[in-house]
Amino acid sequence: MNLIGLKTLLAKEVLRFMKVYLQTLVAPVVTSFLFLIIFSHVFGERMSVYDGVSYTAFLIPGLIMMSMIQNAFANSSSSLIQSKVTGNLIFVLVTPLSNLEIFLAFVAASAIRGILVGAVVYAVALAFLPVAPDHPFYVIVMSVLSCAMLGALGLIAGMWAEKFDQMAGFTNFIIVPLSFLSGVFYSVHSLPDFWKAASHANPFFYMVDGFRYGFYGVSDVSPWLSIVVTLVSLALVSAWTLYLLRRGYKLRD
Amino acid sequence: MSHAIAIHSLQKRYGSVHALRGVDLVIDEGEFFALLGPNGAGKSTLINILAGLTKADSGSASIMGHNVVTDYRRARRALGVVPQELVFDPFFTVREVLRMQAGYFGLGRANEPWLEELLHELMLTDKADSNMRSLSGGMKRRVLVAQALVHKPPVLVLDEPTAGVDVALRQSLWHFVKRLHKEGHTIVLTTHYLEEAETLCQRIGILNHGQLIALDQTSALMQGHLGDQRRARLTVDNVPPRWPDAFAPSVVSHNGRELVVQLSADAGLIEVLTQLRDMGVNVAEVETTTADLEDIFVELIASQGK
Repeated sequence: MNLIGLKTLLAKEVLRFMKVYLQTLVAPVVTSFLFLIIFSHVFGERMSVYDGVSYTAFLIPGLIMMSMIQNAFANSSSSLIQSKVTGNLIFVLVTPLSNLEIFLAFVAASAIRGILVGAVVYAVALAFLPVAPDHPFYVIVMSVLSCAMLGALGLIAGMWAEKFDQMAGFTNFIIVPLSFLSGVFYSVHSLPDFWKAASHANPFFYMVDGFRYGFYGVSDVSPWLSIVVTLVSLALVSAWTLYLLRRGYKLRD
Repeated sequence: MSHAIAIHSLQKRYGSVHALRGVDLVIDEGEFFALLGPNGAGKSTLINILAGLTKADSGSASIMGHNVVTDYRRARRALGVVPQELVFDPFFTVREVLRMQAGYFGLGRANEPWLEELLHELMLTDKADSNMRSLSGGMKRRVLVAQALVHKPPVLVLDEPTAGVDVALRQSLWHFVKRLHKEGHTIVLTTHYLEEAETLCQRIGILNHGQLIALDQTSALMQGHLGDQRRARLTVDNVPPRWPDAFAPSVVSHNGRELVVQLSADAGLIEVLTQLRDMGVNVAEVETTTADLEDIFVELIASQGK
């Protein structure tokens, strides 16, 4: 294992998003903040989804997880597509870094960005409502697994896309709809049967639902199901990513 | 002497384009080798396979005895590549770029003095903390050379390093590369400036349509074609109304007082001058011209195309 190489690539990926923190850290927090202001103003204390959990309280973990999902994906996908389009990806490809090391560095950097954004969104949300997780360890595990899965998915998107337009398509037509329709703003139990079933086919739903369980101890599905689905998604997407890296898919053609 | 680069039956297709058609090439340690060929000949594909940027369809390649696929870590540690395009990472400074590149090769702080030396040798010290975006094209080119050398590779491949580079930078770059060669590095160069290959490289390979069409010592390559390419440019006072049949094929051109005659092993300058005297032609001035690599290159490429 080329540990120094792996750590260097990880540090480079973290430094990359830290250098443009307005875009990568501050902007997503502002977006979540706006969602929180608007939705808590409209629904606020007037409705509750679970007994004893106000709508604002219900919304906060969902918004945190949605920010983490979108930013973990954005980190690896945008880094890879930029490096591909500008050509500087060769500086990584000509080195003795293995496919596994490249995978781990990109996924870890994505997880770090996702969790950082999630932590700041949580800090901002505390100003609205002091919510503390009932099961902090569960919250941490769900955060790490979800961000890692999205980091790996971002690598696939980055390999597949050949131009920024295609990457925007992947983000806007797949990641954003799936994250919005994952029960961030509502409980899927309130949906008609068809949409409830459709939501259960969306892996992001288990990330959001499981994460919310970590805060309030209540959820739409079993927290163990959420953790298993997230873990299996991570394993499948990681295996696929490593397979594509090994083939050199659109990288070493 | 062991091989710095060994390539056997390398084949690569891109759809219907046969980029490499079974290339065999061995470059010894310590050589200064030129890989020439027109655009699209397969030079960059060959280099990309060596660097691990492209996968060959069949055949094998090794760097310092390490297969570029099965033993890629060692092969890549032994190779530095200066890419043709001026690529750079716009997020970082020159020093950050070099530190990261060294880190990818598993080199930590102990390598720092070498990075400082590279910055100094390539006249980048003043710009070490500047963002890559702010550098001129020439400076970016020097950073690319430094990046290729961060891990002190024994084999250095320069893919058209002087394309679009001004004269001063080109000279300083060659001065530096010649020093690396003297220190024992194997240098492989692709260039469109053939005089660079002619003066710098000990051996030349010419690639065309994915095949090596010539491979020889630079001097032997020149010598081999010299007889065909030597010409005499004569200033004459008069010419006969008609060239004798035996002499006519040697006449390349006749324009006013300027007469250009092809020389050969059988008909050297003395023989030509004797024949002209016998024809009653007064020769006022004589100048001989020899082929340069460009003539040989053009001839080889053209003859393969026939």
